[in-house]
Amino acid sequence: MSFFSNKKHTLPGFKLTLGYTVFYLGIVVLIPLAGLFLKSFDGTIEHFWKSISGPQVVASYKLSFGASLIAALINGFFGFITAWVFTRYEFPGRRIFDAVVDLPFALPTAVAGIALAELYAPHGWIGRWTAHFGIKVAYTPLGIVVALVFIGFPFVVRTVQPVIAELSQEVEEAAACLGASRAQTFFRVIFPAVLPALLTGITLAFGRAVGEYGSVVFISANLPFRTEITPVLIVSKLEQYDYQGAAAIGVVMLIMSLVILFLVNLIQWWSGRRTGHILTS
Amino acid sequence: MAGAIQTLTTERFIVHRAATAESPLVKWLLITFVLGFFAAFLLLPLAIIFTEAFSKGLQGYTHAFMDPATLDSIKLTLFTVAIVVPLNTVFGVAAAWAIARFEFRGKDLLTSLIDLPLWVSPVVGGLLYILLLGPRHGTLGPWLTAHHIRIIFAPAGIVIATTFVTFPFVARGLIPLMQLQGRAEEEAAITLGANGWQVFSRVTLPKIKWGLIYGVILCNARAMGEFGAVSVVSGHVRGLTNTMPLQVEILYNEYSFAAAFALASVLSVLAIITLAIKTFSEWQTQRQLRLALES
Repeated sequence: MSFFSNKKHTLPGFKLTLGYTVFYLGIVVLIPLAGLFLKSFDGTIEHFWKSISGPQVVASYKLSFGASLIAALINGFFGFITAWVFTRYEFPGRRIFDAVVDLPFALPTAVAGIALAELYAPHGWIGRWTAHFGIKVAYTPLGIVVALVFIGFPFVVRTVQPVIAELSQEVEEAAACLGASRAQTFFRVIFPAVLPALLTGITLAFGRAVGEYGSVVFISANLPFRTEITPVLIVSKLEQYDYQGAAAIGVVMLIMSLVILFLVNLIQWWSGRRTGHILTS
Repeated sequence: MAGAIQTLTTERFIVHRAATAESPLVKWLLITFVLGFFAAFLLLPLAIIFTEAFSKGLQGYTHAFMDPATLDSIKLTLFTVAIVVPLNTVFGVAAAWAIARFEFRGKDLLTSLIDLPLWVSPVVGGLLYILLLGPRHGTLGPWLTAHHIRIIFAPAGIVIATTFVTFPFVARGLIPLMQLQGRAEEEAAITLGANGWQVFSRVTLPKIKWGLIYGVILCNARAMGEFGAVSVVSGHVRGLTNTMPLQVEILYNEYSFAAAFALASVLSVLAIITLAIKTFSEWQTQRQLRLALES
């Protein structure tokens, strides 16, 4: 097999570890994925098409993708500033706050879900306060956005942070020497260099948000056509024993995940080419 | 850092700052803005979990853990992680060794595939196994039923779904770390006559210790807290297929808020410990790298 054939290695264990990796990946991930595709095409194409394009399903796509996009953009904004502040400035408690960035990643989604629902409910600490301004957060699409911002936040910060840290100070010094103001340096030197990482982080946060279930299901009223995201719709299809329908929507979501992963690789390839160009010139 | 260099001559009130730094006003505005965002968005959710958990006093808190259904859910969660975490750890170390120590065709594809479960919706993750192993509709369902094996709507299904969701965590923590460290020391050990196991246990393991510990802890926290995938395959059989997060959901939907948050607070403490170990392991790794550079 060409996959395994390779030049002689000095270190041992290549065949064993790679073989085991591929075997375990196959059992846990690849075979079940193949099963999903097979199952969704069990019936006729018309049935499949009907399952993924019904009005209730389309409404859930719009909500899921719309809310995820808004949340990812909000995360891009806050995430960038957070990454900047934590890499460039020194202030008391910085290390602790920096560790807290990962909280949404470590906290179980259901726990985050009930906490956010309590906070933003009409009687909650924050919900009571927004109610004064006539804004209802919990049980509305806005609540879904809040939950998705919460779970996507670490992705932007952790993607942007190392890039800001590695920016060479000399480029900024050169810009300043050439008479650029600090704002000019930021928008024309620093920001373009960080942009690929920022886009990667936003895409990752978006990808994470599209599939999110646990944190949304509590803060959303899960009403069909209004506050029902696609993963919740899949669960309700399963509860109605519509396995075919659930599988078909599952395939759509899976293809979306693959497209997002592909986009992330594309951005990285583009940025590699771009920075490579800067290095050689 | 040049940005941090600031000299303040008090007599003339002139602030000299590096040309590559923002004015102090902008700096402190940004810091305040970020910390305000943190307080409202990250710390308040954490605060409300503990406030609600203790809303009925310490007695109410401990009372929540007397509920047999809650105790069963804790047992099932511990049972699940006892199987899932070792499995994914062995896989993670094997994958990191293959990917970070050797060059082969298809390496980028393999790395992307390992990451895949992180980007698949947990609900879809659970759905995969229902369609494969479900008693009535699964591809292997008839065969499993004929052999009286029950996986979906049973603890085995929870273990499998959790394995899928937490599959990448150990591997993705170790791969960049091992790539950064390089393989020169391992090669030296081989030249000096060490065998494969000796190289791994005496040379590699001490170097990756903290990264590995963090990967295991994160995998453990995510396994204990997994909700979507487990919810789909559990069938919500009380006392048999309820894990801690599912029990949190049940208590919350039954309006037993104090009990729901009490159970949630245990998972939150676990998350906080995970973050503390992450910070410590990064600090250790940086120190090791610095020592390696100095010597």
